[in-house]
Amino acid sequence: MDARIGIRNTKSILFKSFIIFLAFVVTLPLIIVLLYIIKQGVMQVNWHFLTHVPAPEGEKGGGIANALVGSLLIVGMSSLVAIPVGILAGIYLSENPGTKLAYYSGLCVDILQGVPSIVMGIVVYFWIVKPFGFSAISGSIALAIMMLPIVIRSTEQTLLLLPPSLKEAALSLGVPYHRVILKVIVPCGFAGILSGIILSIARIIGETAPLLFTALGSNYLSTNVTGAMESLPHLIFTYATSPYDDQHDLAWGASFILLMFVLILNIVTKLITRKWKIQL
Amino acid sequence: MENTVVSATNFNAWFGDNHVVKDVTINIEKNQCVAVMGPSGCGKTTFLRCINRMHELIPGATAKGSMKLYSDEIYTMNPIYVRYKIGMVFQRPNPFPNLSIYDNVIAGYKLNGLKVPKADLDNIVQKSLTSAALWNEVKDSLHKKGTFLSGGQQQRLCIARAIAMEPEVILFDEPTSALDPISTSSVEQLFHELKEKYTLIIVTHNMQQAARVSDKTAFFYVGELVEFDDTKQMFTAPSDVRTQNYITGRFS
Amino acid sequence: MDKNKRLDLSYSQMKWETIFKRILSVMSAIIVIVVAGVLITLVVESWPSIKSLGIGYLWGKVWDPVNNIYGAYPFLIGTLLTSFTALIISIPFSYAIAIYLGEYNPKGWLSDLLKNTIELIAAVPSIIYGFWALFVLVPVVRSLETKIHVAPYGVGVFTASLVLAVMIIPYAAALGTSLIRMVPSPLKEGAYALGATRFEVIRSVILPYTRSGLFAGILLSLGRALGETMAVTVLIGNTSAIANTFKDIFFGPGNTMASVIANEFAEADHALYLSALIELGLVLFFVTVIINLIGKRIITRYTNN
Ligand SMILES: Nc1ncnc2c1ncn2[C@@H]1O[C@H](COP(=O)(O)OP(=O)(O)OP(=O)(O)O)[C@@H](O)[C@H]1O
Ligand SMILES: [Mg+2]
Repeated sequence: MDARIGIRNTKSILFKSFIIFLAFVVTLPLIIVLLYIIKQGVMQVNWHFLTHVPAPEGEKGGGIANALVGSLLIVGMSSLVAIPVGILAGIYLSENPGTKLAYYSGLCVDILQGVPSIVMGIVVYFWIVKPFGFSAISGSIALAIMMLPIVIRSTEQTLLLLPPSLKEAALSLGVPYHRVILKVIVPCGFAGILSGIILSIARIIGETAPLLFTALGSNYLSTNVTGAMESLPHLIFTYATSPYDDQHDLAWGASFILLMFVLILNIVTKLITRKWKIQL
Repeated sequence: MENTVVSATNFNAWFGDNHVVKDVTINIEKNQCVAVMGPSGCGKTTFLRCINRMHELIPGATAKGSMKLYSDEIYTMNPIYVRYKIGMVFQRPNPFPNLSIYDNVIAGYKLNGLKVPKADLDNIVQKSLTSAALWNEVKDSLHKKGTFLSGGQQQRLCIARAIAMEPEVILFDEPTSALDPISTSSVEQLFHELKEKYTLIIVTHNMQQAARVSDKTAFFYVGELVEFDDTKQMFTAPSDVRTQNYITGRFS
Repeated sequence: MDKNKRLDLSYSQMKWETIFKRILSVMSAIIVIVVAGVLITLVVESWPSIKSLGIGYLWGKVWDPVNNIYGAYPFLIGTLLTSFTALIISIPFSYAIAIYLGEYNPKGWLSDLLKNTIELIAAVPSIIYGFWALFVLVPVVRSLETKIHVAPYGVGVFTASLVLAVMIIPYAAALGTSLIRMVPSPLKEGAYALGATRFEVIRSVILPYTRSGLFAGILLSLGRALGETMAVTVLIGNTSAIANTFKDIFFGPGNTMASVIANEFAEADHALYLSALIELGLVLFFVTVIINLIGKRIITRYTNN
């Protein structure tokens, strides 16, 4: 009898060790990738690198200013579209649960969340690039559509957690509905909505596939949003697969910068959610 | 009747098919404190929320009949205007967590985007907090968040917030049921002062409280207004057997 | 403030209320319109291919744009092979994380640290994984391939699957963690009271109780794997021909639906070619959407019980 209990306990302990081993081993690839990118990338980054466009093929030097400016512009324009639409749609979903429109748009949010980014890229190609040509705007629209589900869901979840008494208090003071939402409900859920927005930006800033056939890429520093524009992930993709070592170096540097953006945005989200104890 | 402020005539309210307020007729006079009593689920809250048209905000909720503020039909008035004129205080204190004490008091102005000079606002804040017997306790921390106050202070802050709009009538839905005895008695004392200026309608489960603060009492039973009379009369010699049973504790 | 001014204000605010409500509805209708637009665009643009190639397109074995021959079979095989290989590799790890964070160590700094690190795995852009693997993992795989006597391409289905496996772990792991945390403690305590060990409780109470939820997590991971584009495009070797033996298919270069679109869309120079590519996009859309919706449905049903 004692022996059997001993065996069962040993089994339990072995299983636990095995689980702990598997769980922590997963962090290895991430750590290896991060360290490698930092090691390769950090040497590339200097003022020259940030302020110059790539040197012509086969030549040394140059930088990624075009991709940096392009990424910021493209992501900025996406946010300009996706944040207001996403917040308002999220408000609708949390305020009108059970309506037909809420059901279908909730379903469509779920669908959008699962659409592969490459598919978004080709669809926006037909919507905008085919009639108007390659442009930063078309890339922004593809990315905005990818931002929407995250902004909508985080807004909806945040607002659903607010106590109904808050809304009643405002309504009983004769505050009209739009002001109740915009001046009371949204400010009270501000932290949650904000962290959703930051998370969605972190998600799209590294997206490459939707930009392949929309913003395309460009070797020049351009702020013309109706023309083709370079971006960090697209630059990494083109130079990663090029045969020139100098271009690989640019890509490592760009990867480092992109990684820093993503890390910082994720950490900021974490800090916000921790400070205000939100669950996303 | 010169003195009537709120009057309901054959008033009915529903949640979907659930007939919750049945044919209620009542006249409430100026500067009176009216207690509304009755067993749980009898429609007290619903009736109260019909008076300032908060009832209709719940999906599926409907109402029918006449409800007047003075001589104006409330249900043809602008609901936003109705709620300026008829303030409300809830069961749980609900100050706005994103606003300071100061801003909570003037929330009705601020949230409505009403342009009021700063000096007037200061004035309103001081007057309202004084009327709500809170001024002395918070005058040095007006710019702290309202949620830092104790439960009883928060409830008085909510009362100040309602007073600040200079309403005719203030509705209270079990205003002390979430408070400790000391806070309760400080809120009860307030009622005596408030009815000098306003008409008060208070839903309460606490019979002692009704006896202490109200001039008249309305007794509801399964959606009907069974009896409405002077509080003293009601507690000493109720005319309806259901009221009597309730008062003597045969059911709750 | 006098009565009239307040009344006027109330009326203008009532108007704004209506407008605001209208705007909210329109914004949420936009989502429906976008999804409908995506679907319609995909169907319309792939119509030439659907019409002229028919359903046989899906199992046509040859993809030869030069001679105008289009068959999707190589990409279906490539997609399924990479995704399921990645899934099989990832499942033990996802489950281990879920069990560790859900049951063994649900609170505390170590648990938080691991949880945040796992979330970070999903945050790193896929192109960065692809780039890194191309320069670090590919040479390793190449020398491995030499040892086991297959053509040492380095790039290919196997390499792509390895990277994909890491990338999809967070999805199933996060869901699994929260589901395991939701197991009612009376259930577990009942088993402990009967003298069960931790392992026995996990095996015979927690895992059966969370089975359908964990399955939904796997579906979400699978949905990610099927649609993942950039890392795979960089690593899979981009060959549309199918090798003869399974070993060569598995270790050799290939293509997935997503990677062939990424590679050839820009150079598709005639209508049928382009249309055939978009039909791949349409198939990909349907498959990922259905898998995701089933996963979400299971989760909602599970969390409502
Ligand atoms: N939001 C709602 N939706 C549907 N039915 C409701 C809703 N609120 C209340 N009811 C129903 O209306 C009836 C009256 O409820 P009401 O809240 O007015 O009672 P009450 O007298 O205030 O009770 P209590 O003393 O418990 O506060 C109840 O039968 C209740 O089930
Ligand atoms: Mg009530």
